[in-house]
Amino acid sequence: MALPSHASTLEKVWHYAYLVICSLIFLFLIAPILIVIPLSFNAEPYFTFTEKMLALDPTGYSARWYDLLLTFGMENPDGPRTGSWWADVWSNAHWVNAAKNSIIIGFFSTILATCLGTIAALGLSRPEMPYRRAIMAVLISPMIVPIIITATGLFFFYSMTGLANSYFGIILAHATLGIPFVIITVTATLVGFDHSLTRAAASLGATPTRTFFRVIMPLILPGVISGALFAFVTSFDEVVVVLFVAAHDQQTIPRQMWNGIREQISPAILSVATILVIISILLLTTVELLRRRSEKLRGVSPG
Amino acid sequence: MANLADARGNGPAPTLTTADGKPLREALAKAERHARNRAFFLVLPLLLFILITFVAPIAQMLHRSVHNPAFSDNMPNLVAWFEENPEGISPDEGGWDALAQDLILARENKTAGLVGTRVNYELSGTRSLFTKGARNARKLEPPYREAILDLDEDWADPALWQVMRGASSAYTFNFYYAAVDKTLDQDGNIVDVDENRKVYVKLFTRTLILSLLITFLTFILAYPIAHLLATLPLRYSNLLMIFVLLPFWTSLLVRTTAWIVLLQSQGVVNDSLVATGIIDDESRIQMIYNQTGTIIAMTHILLPFMVLPLYSVMRPINPSYVRAARSLGATSWTAFRRIYFPQTIPGIGAGALLVFILAVGYYITPALVGGSDGQLISNLIAFHMTNSLNWSMAAALATILLTGILLLYWLYDRLVGIDNLKLG
Amino acid sequence: MLKSTLLLTTGLTGLAMAAKADITVMSWGGSYAVSQVEAYHKPFTAETGIGVNSVDADNPATPIKAQVEAGNVTIDVADVEYSDAIRLCDEGLLEELDTSMLPPAPDGTPAEEDFIEGALTDCAVANIVWSTIYAYNTENVEGTPTTMADFFDLETFPGKRGLRKTAKANLEMALIADGVPAEEVYDLLETDEGVDQAFAKLETIKDDVVWWEAGAQPPQLLADGEVVMSTAYNGRIFNAAVAEDQPLEVVWDGQILDFDLFVIPKGAPNLEEAKQFIAFSTDTERLAAQASWISYGPARLSSGPLVGLYSDGETEMAPHMPTAEANLSNALVNDFEFWADRDTDLNERFNAWLAN
Repeated sequence: MALPSHASTLEKVWHYAYLVICSLIFLFLIAPILIVIPLSFNAEPYFTFTEKMLALDPTGYSARWYDLLLTFGMENPDGPRTGSWWADVWSNAHWVNAAKNSIIIGFFSTILATCLGTIAALGLSRPEMPYRRAIMAVLISPMIVPIIITATGLFFFYSMTGLANSYFGIILAHATLGIPFVIITVTATLVGFDHSLTRAAASLGATPTRTFFRVIMPLILPGVISGALFAFVTSFDEVVVVLFVAAHDQQTIPRQMWNGIREQISPAILSVATILVIISILLLTTVELLRRRSEKLRGVSPG
Repeated sequence: MANLADARGNGPAPTLTTADGKPLREALAKAERHARNRAFFLVLPLLLFILITFVAPIAQMLHRSVHNPAFSDNMPNLVAWFEENPEGISPDEGGWDALAQDLILARENKTAGLVGTRVNYELSGTRSLFTKGARNARKLEPPYREAILDLDEDWADPALWQVMRGASSAYTFNFYYAAVDKTLDQDGNIVDVDENRKVYVKLFTRTLILSLLITFLTFILAYPIAHLLATLPLRYSNLLMIFVLLPFWTSLLVRTTAWIVLLQSQGVVNDSLVATGIIDDESRIQMIYNQTGTIIAMTHILLPFMVLPLYSVMRPINPSYVRAARSLGATSWTAFRRIYFPQTIPGIGAGALLVFILAVGYYITPALVGGSDGQLISNLIAFHMTNSLNWSMAAALATILLTGILLLYWLYDRLVGIDNLKLG
Repeated sequence: MLKSTLLLTTGLTGLAMAAKADITVMSWGGSYAVSQVEAYHKPFTAETGIGVNSVDADNPATPIKAQVEAGNVTIDVADVEYSDAIRLCDEGLLEELDTSMLPPAPDGTPAEEDFIEGALTDCAVANIVWSTIYAYNTENVEGTPTTMADFFDLETFPGKRGLRKTAKANLEMALIADGVPAEEVYDLLETDEGVDQAFAKLETIKDDVVWWEAGAQPPQLLADGEVVMSTAYNGRIFNAAVAEDQPLEVVWDGQILDFDLFVIPKGAPNLEEAKQFIAFSTDTERLAAQASWISYGPARLSSGPLVGLYSDGETEMAPHMPTAEANLSNALVNDFEFWADRDTDLNERFNAWLAN
């Protein structure tokens, strides 16, 4: 992207203008996400930078909103912070309970989506798969169909079948929503998969199961893990289906945030947001590392 | 192989066989069938799973858009009377009798509200006729016509009888008429609804316009940075790519919260503008809880879906084409317009379709930052689901929205191919 | 022998405990839900051993209607407005309640006579009298708004307004602001012209309105400066002003009084416990206790004299009650029959109006 030495003045101006425009767009992308981090340490219950914060005065900053995440909903938030205080946090704090629910739901729906999705992706990537295109379209559709339509359908279906208000119901729904991501990432890993490897394994006497675990699995594992992470994030961030089919006391983090945003958006929401941003940074790093590893394994040049 | 060549050369071929003596054609077909079945059985569990937990519930929900038995199940006498008397007859004594019997029944079963609500969907202001009628049903005495009209003269309205006739069958298309601001008049003609009740066409139009606008904005913003990412050396572009992928991985609710924090009237942007003296404290700009808020937040949220397909199309473009054009005397603008841009059109198509599909059905962001004029059709579906509880209407709107989206999805599959969907 | 008896009794107690399921009570969230948890739920659990699960909704009438119609009821008791209680009862979506289950007043007056007139219906038992008022942030408003007309006066009091996203109360307030005397409001709203007039009045401020749905929103919007004035449930403003020291002031002119009532959705999973809860919570003492947590008036006459100080131990509650003499000038009592019949219809028009 370096400017050739023979560029005219106009071109030079344009080139730098272009770089400025690009920087502004990158700023637009990233600034909203980063802005919540300093604001979550605001000592005052406001959503802007106070003068003290701008002056970098330590008294303008505080971790009180993070503390609130622990104490909100506790029986005895002001007690001494001993073992029993922490036990109180563990069993009563609203955000802690929401986090527990989110993790449980996310974990099981990810397992379900990843198992079903990976097996199906193996089938879909075989050239002899019948009706490949149509079936693929159906399997990806949960990502395309508006979430409100999915949630509405599930509301009636679950009310009828008694799945409403159960964790099992939410897990099934979230698995459905996560499956397209697993399919997409795993099939992407299987593109250019050398089928002679499995034939070689078979000719050397390996059973299909052994071939799967010793030959196929190590090669597609990066894709599977990326898919699983995508599925987990999808579940971890999903609120509409939960609003429609979960019981009123089945709180998850997004649902708690949704209520918070609609009713009283306190800086506590920002501290949750900050934690979630940090989690996404970790996940993104993991996925990027996996992608590179996968490319190296398959000998595809990065791109 | 030598066998095969022989066979081709020498007229009517002797049947080719495998080593263990089976005809080759059959063996091949069998192997192929076996492979097909094996592939299919790998996919089958997931396919069944999706059909049961996703396709069936949606199909069942869509059924509600044409099926509403609230009237037909609870007003048996009128249903029978309508069946006996074909279109066009104003209610005779039998009709009034049936109505009176049904009102008494509605009182006993406490179904007047249900029935009234059903009729009210099509003729506003009639719900109270039924609840009032049922409340006073005990006092009704023959002749019923006079007794009922005594309660409320509106019972004689021919439009009401037309609607009741329509509702006497559980299957109806009327919710679709209502979804495009139409209704049936007393003669069964399709006419416009009252001006001050028109809302759906406007919302569909608004949804389309806003989605187009958002798609266009994402394109404008995505093109330069995708180009930059595609032309930078990999180690830089991989680093910059994080700016695109981090929003993609960040919770939707976090991003929406962030925009509220930035844009609200006591928020970061307004505060900075006031602090720098660009605007004064009284004239803070309203950028959230209205259409502007929806547009800004959704553009931000959907931007990565435009950048990624553009990037994957731009990366493999060979820079020597543009260089060749320049060396042949084209200005940099002409070279871009004639040589570079046409090669990126598939990426634009893929990105634009994807962003548009996602935007049309968006719910969460408009619900949180849209105020009253930044709401989209999904929000109206949610409103009918959770507030007005007009589930048939919600289903009709959902069907229309879903049909549109599936058409676009089909188009996407045709033009781009679902396999080419990339996630970072 | 002793050991086995012990085992047996523990076993039986275990069974008895297990039979007492927790009940789920749905209310309006925020400081109102807090007042109920303190005044009803905690004492109820202490006395009966039945746990109470408190869940929130913007308006509990809609979720319980959805639950009953979908055949999937998880709520045992809900707290709803008067017109909704009548409407849901008409539609057969509520369990009927026998008033004889309610305890008499301490002096022996039977419950039917002790409750304010209209507070007991076939399916519902009132617990509080509350009102829709409007409030303003004294730091952001220059001058002192005193009438409903001031709320609609953007010239004298510029700035955003907060209104509940529904037709109810807004139409009445618009007419009162337009100079219609309180006692004529509902007669006028029965006519198409009256409805048109109300919408026309709302139209004058439409561009400056921030719409709220949950009762906890208005105090927040006012405190954050997102709006300068907002309609609100009076108790929420009281709590924000007294407990959180926000500079909020209530304007009582044109306030609209209403009951909140306890109902049991048809098919509630724990019917007997739910009835027990309602009888317990609406006795004289509990209703009076409720009034020490938020400024809503008790629905029993005998509770009135027991109402004293706010839970901070210093604020006198009486002048903050919607039923206080000084607050009643130009007050309007919500016409539940009007809204039970016209709610669907007028909200349809309201939403079309909102979308345009």
